[in-house]
Amino acid sequence: MIRINCPYCGERDHSEFSYGGDATINYPSLDASEKDWTEAIFFRKNIKGFQFETWHHSNGCRMWLVVERSTVTHEIKSVKPCHPDLQKVVENNK
Amino acid sequence: MTKFNAWNVIKNGLNGQSYWTRQWRDPEPKSSYDVVIIGGGLHGLATAYYLAKNHNIKNVAVLEKGWIGGGNAGRNTTIVRSNYMMPGNHEFYEHSLKLWENLSHELNYNVMFSQRAHVSLFHSPGAKDSVSRIYNIMRLHGTDAELWDLKTLKKKIPHLNYHNSRFPILGAAVQKRAGNARHDAVAWGYARAADTLGVDILQNCEVTGFTRKNGNIESIQTSRGIIKGKKIGFAVAGNTSVLWQMVELGNLPIESHKLQAFVSEAVKPLLDQVVVYGVGGAHFYISQSDKGSMVFGGDLDWYKSYAQRGNLPMVQDVAEAAMAIFPSLGRIRLLRHWAGVMDMTMDGSFFICKTPISNLYLNAGWNYGGFKASPASGWYFADLIANESPHNYVQNHNLERFEKGINIDERGAGPDPKLHG
Repeated sequence: MIRINCPYCGERDHSEFSYGGDATINYPSLDASEKDWTEAIFFRKNIKGFQFETWHHSNGCRMWLVVERSTVTHEIKSVKPCHPDLQKVVENNK
Repeated sequence: MTKFNAWNVIKNGLNGQSYWTRQWRDPEPKSSYDVVIIGGGLHGLATAYYLAKNHNIKNVAVLEKGWIGGGNAGRNTTIVRSNYMMPGNHEFYEHSLKLWENLSHELNYNVMFSQRAHVSLFHSPGAKDSVSRIYNIMRLHGTDAELWDLKTLKKKIPHLNYHNSRFPILGAAVQKRAGNARHDAVAWGYARAADTLGVDILQNCEVTGFTRKNGNIESIQTSRGIIKGKKIGFAVAGNTSVLWQMVELGNLPIESHKLQAFVSEAVKPLLDQVVVYGVGGAHFYISQSDKGSMVFGGDLDWYKSYAQRGNLPMVQDVAEAAMAIFPSLGRIRLLRHWAGVMDMTMDGSFFICKTPISNLYLNAGWNYGGFKASPASGWYFADLIANESPHNYVQNHNLERFEKGINIDERGAGPDPKLHG
């Protein structure tokens, strides 16, 4: 079992969460080329090692999180809220 | 290599089994080959075999970082079927099934292919309609397919749970020519047959880098020295992205996920078919090996991973699915479980295609379906490498299909790799 330290709820089993995917994708502007959109929607780095990924605390606070996790050892380095403003709130409340 | 036949069996039986030669050589790498296939799994070995057999290209090496049969070749649930409906896919998998039907003779190696029928349960009128459409499409293309009503199903498999009121079994979609095979024998059979035709199988030979020249790949750095190849094929599903980035080609429409499989202790004959069901978020498939073990599996672990080990929530999930459909398994003990790393693609279909590097060819993205595909995968990958153009069946199984909008999405699940189970 992977344990994810949710910034809102504390450390929980990963079975409380749903896996989102690559957290580093930036969608291009609406008038960007089809190639750019294809790249953003379909193509992935598929990193072997530490990557940023989204998890949804679907059976908890229902907040989206950015987790820095190794895809080889499953070790987690950091867990933050997805939303940048919420990240600031969590930082200020520490 | 000593051929397996009645004469040799009798001769060796009388001589203490002393005249058998080894199954395949353990050669030192040559400095260069016409074709180098990276990945000594079923797909890589089958490709090397068909390169030599169909195209007379015999100066071929297969590079395997571990040992033959140690990767996903030994980490599957051995199910062989061809119940696909998308153009390209149904022809491809049907060709594969036809190759399976003659594989033991072709390789002179008993792969124990058993056409015991693949029984896919349905639990609602909607599911029946949906599966009827797929199986009708199969029939229109000459693949065998039939529907069993509840009476037939109860007669054929009496000990399923027919009393589940939440998801009652209404019947099954059946492919009788489908079944399973012995996975190790397929790997060994292809390795032995390819070796006999002159292919060098290089084990413990991990690729560590590539040298480029004029845009092409000139040589491959490996743990057993530098090897040159005029043409190079990747067949390393699970680790495709790693090699892809080693040749600096950027991103791929692939994520690596892990899929677990389970084997129980051996019991007396209990199940004559492969039984599959997927309903209410559950996904489960089971068969009984010739040794008597129940072999079964379910969904992915749901998060991206290169680790060849599974996580416990999915063990529980699969056990619950087993109990829901097969209550008589309640007291059976689990012997082993393991995980393999899958190339999960953005539309659930595979790639057999050329790449931006002109002497590099890609075989990848097998999702859940790599085992059954291996003969046809080798067949058409060898065809692509030898003839420089893809066969009609695999002409859209390339990396450009996403930009063109011709995704081959059997499930219609959209661009989320983990949903294409």
